[in-house]
Amino acid sequence: MEIKTEDYGICYDPATATVSFVGSLRLSGPEEYAPIVQLLGEVADVEPAKITLNLRQLEFLNSSGINMLSKFIIEMRKKAGIKMTVQGSQSIAWQGKSLKNFQRLMPALQLEFL
Amino acid sequence: MDMIQTFGDFIEPTPSQEYLIIGFSPSSIPLKQRWRNNGLSADFLADYLTTFFPGNEDDPSTIDRQAEIKSAVSYIANELLENAMKFNDETSEYPIDIKLQLKSDGLIFSVANSISPLAVDQFQGYIRQLLASEPSELYIEQLEKNAADESSTGSGLGLLTMLSDYTAKMGWKFQTVQQDPEVITVTTMVQLRV
Repeated sequence: MEIKTEDYGICYDPATATVSFVGSLRLSGPEEYAPIVQLLGEVADVEPAKITLNLRQLEFLNSSGINMLSKFIIEMRKKAGIKMTVQGSQSIAWQGKSLKNFQRLMPALQLEFL
Repeated sequence: MDMIQTFGDFIEPTPSQEYLIIGFSPSSIPLKQRWRNNGLSADFLADYLTTFFPGNEDDPSTIDRQAEIKSAVSYIANELLENAMKFNDETSEYPIDIKLQLKSDGLIFSVANSISPLAVDQFQGYIRQLLASEPSELYIEQLEKNAADESSTGSGLGLLTMLSDYTAKMGWKFQTVQQDPEVITVTTMVQLRV
């Protein structure tokens, strides 16, 4: 599973159940984010024991994108069997400011900063 | 007759040595094609500003500060432009502009756009709610609400993230700039200490 455009790329590694985001995601709303929601949904449907979102190379995410990922995390919170990890980068400033909110939505979520 | 209403921390602009304004004529091309310009403009404003916050290779804290300011400007400017493009009154010819001012103790963003007279009450209601709330609490509430509502089209998060994650001060000015047909503009101001 992979989505690739000029501005961003998203790929799924089934071996580690990791979805990696790269680039700059500033789409205009739910309609434009739908393919990404679908990709995340397919990952969750497999019900892996643990899902990792690797955002370490996601330079930019707009509030619609924050909303999309938050929605996914809230859905995962309802699935008791799935552990969530979000990987961020210390050197990308927005992540230091905004990623902590994912943990507020799902206290069991593991946040790893590099 | 100019009717003016302000909310929150809105200050009338004072002369500033350093500023940039980018203007858009909204009716020139469709919103979808214009969308990319929001990010491009935001990144340009952010890049431009780094000159005034030089990074020194020998002092990592200056490099971090520069990166933090750049990222904050890029985020805030992009969100303000996205909102302006979304809520702009397409029936008016009024232009959209974004101004970034550099002050000794911070930055001031102001974005002006027209707004449908029919949408003013709802927007002002939202502003009152923002100003009366604890932003980080409202932020989580909003995310939970959005997650529960499949049909929601706007996330309502842009302004909240600025208040909550960037601890910005915000203000708004509504102004009736023309009667018959009525044209109302809203200027959104964001003050960021740096």
